[in-house]
Amino acid sequence: MAIFIAKRIVQSIPTMVGLTIVSFLMVHVVPGGPAQAMLGPKATPQRVAAIDREFGLNKPLYIQYAKWFWALLHGNLGVSYFYNLTVAKLFEIDMPRTLAIVGISTVISNAVAILLGCIQAYWRDSWFDHVSNTIAYFFYSMPTFWVAIIVLVIFAIDLNMFPSGGISDPTAPQNIGNWASHVTLPVFTLVIVSVAGWSRFMRTSMIDSLVQDYVRTARAKGLSEFAVVFKHALRNSVLPLITLFGYNIPTLIGGALFVEVVFNYPGMGLLTYNAAIKRDYPIVMGAVLLTGLLTIAGNLMADVLYGVFDPRIRYD
Amino acid sequence: MAVVPPTDVELAEEKQGMAPEPGTSRQWRLFWSSPLAVAGTIMLLFCVLFSFVGPLIDHAQPNNPNLLQILQPPSFQHLLGTDALGRDELIRLMVGGQVTLIVGFAATIVSMVIGLLYGMISGMVGGALDVLLMRIIDVLFSIPVLFLLLLLDAIFTPSALLLTLILSATAWFGVTRLVRGEVLSIKQRDYVEAARASGASNWRIMIRHMMPNIIGVLTVTTTFQVGGVILIIAGLSFLGLGLPPPAPNWGELLSDSMSYIFQGAWWLMYPPGLMIVIVELAVNFLGDALRQAFDPRLLGV
Repeated sequence: MAIFIAKRIVQSIPTMVGLTIVSFLMVHVVPGGPAQAMLGPKATPQRVAAIDREFGLNKPLYIQYAKWFWALLHGNLGVSYFYNLTVAKLFEIDMPRTLAIVGISTVISNAVAILLGCIQAYWRDSWFDHVSNTIAYFFYSMPTFWVAIIVLVIFAIDLNMFPSGGISDPTAPQNIGNWASHVTLPVFTLVIVSVAGWSRFMRTSMIDSLVQDYVRTARAKGLSEFAVVFKHALRNSVLPLITLFGYNIPTLIGGALFVEVVFNYPGMGLLTYNAAIKRDYPIVMGAVLLTGLLTIAGNLMADVLYGVFDPRIRYD
Repeated sequence: MAVVPPTDVELAEEKQGMAPEPGTSRQWRLFWSSPLAVAGTIMLLFCVLFSFVGPLIDHAQPNNPNLLQILQPPSFQHLLGTDALGRDELIRLMVGGQVTLIVGFAATIVSMVIGLLYGMISGMVGGALDVLLMRIIDVLFSIPVLFLLLLLDAIFTPSALLLTLILSATAWFGVTRLVRGEVLSIKQRDYVEAARASGASNWRIMIRHMMPNIIGVLTVTTTFQVGGVILIIAGLSFLGLGLPPPAPNWGELLSDSMSYIFQGAWWLMYPPGLMIVIVELAVNFLGDALRQAFDPRLLGV
């Protein structure tokens, strides 16, 4: 087991190095390069040359990469062109905010999706199953940003129950209630979107489990239906959901980006979006890198957890 | 040295290929018997007619502002109302569908071709090349596509063609893995061994023996992929990083509607989203129906 985990970690190192090469090249092979981007329309050949000298952009590409990579290993992602701050500092401020909404919504939507999937699978082909399946199909097909706009219009404008954006109200006392009222709608939007996809998955997986022999055995032993479903069948059908979560990290972060843009919630997504608009490459590069690393970590986690929860997996 | 004269093998293969394939027609019958297939086809047809035939019937101008009629709610003159510049929303919605659908389908098809070729070569050649090609896929897979697209769109201002190319370049990794897996499993089958023993070239094996087996999986994936790509187009346009104005598209219409939600301009925010949902539902329905008919192994994935 330990060998398997170690092997998988070692295997993902070349992937990580590849990721750094791709995100580095992406910005440095651009026509005009970073200097052009920093100066925008004010760029003259002299000023471009000056910036190139200052940032070492006139050196060969592989030397630039080596320097950048060495800095990267020390947690140095460069300095933003527009905010007078390091990229690492900006991420340090905004990352926890994104993790908060993604984390809370993941916990809630998993709980809801598992419950919904179990009920649907247990009363398969009932009216409840059909109705909720149709609704899930519909939500599954909705673009995240459209869901976000609708949630915003209904709950923030029409019903005026929650603030329409931001992370806290500066005029109100800075307490947990202030914060909670601002994260409710972003979290709610993410929950709607994730539950739609995950409950479909959970339903299929649960239907497979409920016809297995061990479920029949559990019933034959005289266990209550509750115990059969939630203790015996659930344990096996949750497995694909764990893997799905690991592989779904880029989708979750992408969804958070749209939600942050609609609700003007100052997390990683909004930061990256604004940086892309302003061509603040160090931030976008850093975001690509960080999300890429999270994706690799998610895949790793999914593989390892799969091994932990399913003893039939062989580690070779 | 080939002992069997190649002509015999070719003849045999030819015969096999020309013989009626009862399996395929049965699968199509199965496909059309599914309500999902019928519903999906009707919805997709509706979107195509709405976007491409609609503007031929409705002669309103999609890009002409009319400052006397800004933000009008739906009326008989403007069935879906007008936007902040007094442009007719219905015609903008119809024209907006054109670019969304064309780029969505084109990008998917191009990405499928890339994925198919890459996966086939990787699986067929095998060995060190296969390992290398798959490591490259691992790296590309770990890049979050949305963020990559943000970066690319920030670097280049995309035209429809460029957007198609960028999207195709980022949408083929999954197909490649799938195709390679299929190739690896088919490679072991007896009929491929037989063809190889009788001197068939790699290309011949790929085209005569692999393709017919892969096409089912590929069709199913392609169908779902269209939905994914269209969501990404809409998302990028929503973020203002998609196609340049003034030609409208659904994502951009939604993005515009954001500015007027406080004025209660509901007619701007619901129709474009609904159109996207109809396309998404259509391709998801069709994908599910195709999967049930052509690749039952994938059920429950």
